[in-house]
Amino acid sequence: MKISEAFRETPLLIVYICAGDPSPEATPELVRRLVAAGADIIELGLPHSDPIADGPTIQAAAQRAIAAGMNTDVYFGVAAAADVPVPKVFMGYYNMIYSRGLERFAEDCARSGISGLIVPDLPPEEAGPLKAACAAQGVDLIFLVAPNTPAERMRLIEQETSGFLYLVARTGVTGARSDVLQSTRDLVARAASSKPRAVGFGISTAAQAAEVIAAGADAAIVGSVCVDLIARGEEEELMTLVSEMKKAVKAAGRARLQ
Amino acid sequence: MISTLNISAGDSLDSVISSNAAVKFGRYGGLFVPETLVQPLKELSDSYLRLMKNEGFREELDLLLRNFAGRPTALYHAKNLSHKLGCKVYLKREDLVHGGAHKLNNTLGQALVAKKMGKTRLIAETGAGQHGVATAIVGANLGFQTQIYMGEVDIERQKMNVYRMRLMGAEVIPVRSGSRTLKDAINEAMRDWAASFEHTHYLLGTVAGAHPFPSMVRDFQSVIGQETREQILEAEGRLPDSIVACVGGGSNAMGIFAPFLKDEVVRLIAVEAGGRGPGCTERTADHGASLGQGSDGVLHGALTKILQDPYGQILESYSVAAGLDYPGVGPELAYLSEMGRVTTRLADDRTAMRGFHALSRLEGIIPALESAHALGYCLKHPEELGELTVINVSGRGDKDLSTVMEYENL
Repeated sequence: MKISEAFRETPLLIVYICAGDPSPEATPELVRRLVAAGADIIELGLPHSDPIADGPTIQAAAQRAIAAGMNTDVYFGVAAAADVPVPKVFMGYYNMIYSRGLERFAEDCARSGISGLIVPDLPPEEAGPLKAACAAQGVDLIFLVAPNTPAERMRLIEQETSGFLYLVARTGVTGARSDVLQSTRDLVARAASSKPRAVGFGISTAAQAAEVIAAGADAAIVGSVCVDLIARGEEEELMTLVSEMKKAVKAAGRARLQ
Repeated sequence: MISTLNISAGDSLDSVISSNAAVKFGRYGGLFVPETLVQPLKELSDSYLRLMKNEGFREELDLLLRNFAGRPTALYHAKNLSHKLGCKVYLKREDLVHGGAHKLNNTLGQALVAKKMGKTRLIAETGAGQHGVATAIVGANLGFQTQIYMGEVDIERQKMNVYRMRLMGAEVIPVRSGSRTLKDAINEAMRDWAASFEHTHYLLGTVAGAHPFPSMVRDFQSVIGQETREQILEAEGRLPDSIVACVGGGSNAMGIFAPFLKDEVVRLIAVEAGGRGPGCTERTADHGASLGQGSDGVLHGALTKILQDPYGQILESYSVAAGLDYPGVGPELAYLSEMGRVTTRLADDRTAMRGFHALSRLEGIIPALESAHALGYCLKHPEELGELTVINVSGRGDKDLSTVMEYENL
């Protein structure tokens, strides 16, 4: 499914998991269950040895997944096997893409049903070649903006991004936090984009997800808390959390309309 | 798109940079970092360029280099080594810099930039501890809160340097992620900086990483080459036939090479760590030879030569010299090596040990194990040096005594 189709009916809940954690075999079924529980888009992380934008939770998941045999070939097999009626989005570091070759990587994405790419260490300055490769395959390349992105640069990134604009809720790395900052609300207000805006980094509760939607975001992205529940083997709790988040997101969306 | 500038080696920075351009060396270098770090890096780049044009700033730095670091360092005609090699050998004595290595040239420069930017805290990565010590020195001297990220494995191997850092008031933070060595310490420092940039400067220790680090660290280290040039012209009335330096990340090599890049008659030889040999297992290379054995890839913010598996996962490197134990290399060196301006060579652990002993016995100078790679290579291949050569002794070997004793089962 195309990302733009998913965003016809907002707000959305986007769920990140690390492919291959706890095992490559477990991932497709996990994706299906997450979608059944309410995930509107699945971000499927490709583990990297040196994830500089990630906090301890996702670092540990990446190490477990690599140890469990995850690599780029296996990843595309897993992605294809996870047949769900919502968009699947790749999330991973640029060297993994560069190493495979940009064209080949974009082709593999299209072939395995991946609709878009999020590459946290690839700012638009360096993204020209990958953008061209993605465009040739009809795959979106999603850029990120941060609380310290200046206004002029924000406009430029809004133009460059396709699919949606990823709003990094706070400076620092990924990981569960207990609050939603005023700076996050300001960022949503600042990114008055013609494209959908999804907020991630630090969202771990239904209340936080609802808050970013209330602030005007089109989607809430949740990652580390899910990865943590998977690490602890608490899959049922994960599904409960996802469905609660979905309800909270939808309720916040309805409240916004009133 | 935001523009990208390509510059050629040796071009002066301020002539080519605009504040929002990512600087590259051919296809190498760039700005492969999370969005949160883009702005801090641009601010650093702007401040650095502005300050380097400021005479007051340069004078302040020069004074510190002279009176605190002990510059200029000697260019010493090593007669006994010359006799052994059959050519005239000069040693650039960076082992005489305060702290025991060239590292202080860079930490003084960056700390002064950070001070002018109003930063109050320094963070740095360290492998063997030399850059950590050099950062702790400037932290104490210039009044910063200083925290050093160091892999848990390295902390165990380098207890003396850990204690040195603590003596000077720096906090050493153990890194338990990944391979728990230098590359993970850099990851952890980048993660810290992504949240702390408002009051913190990340003081990267080598010519690797995202722009402006490769250019800025090269510029601060190029004092080595500038002095060498003046000293050799005064002593010999001509340029040397060759200059030899060891390469891990590449800061001492770029420092001595940079002022000679346009002198095609001077052969520039970069000696990488051959470690135990050219092989690698699934996760670990047996060497640190990113230029000679690596392939193109992105690590720590730059496109450069790196050691990686077929899928792009970064391999752990290996060398008996902790300062050469890094799976990447500065992007400008990747470019110069590809252009053929810099000749890339290997010295394995055994060759480095030979260099270590030879300089100690022949000249009464105990070199760092890193520098010993350059010396060992020269002993093995004197025919490549010409009639007049300069070898960069990037640091002194006191820190390595226990490593050497262990290596030789003493």
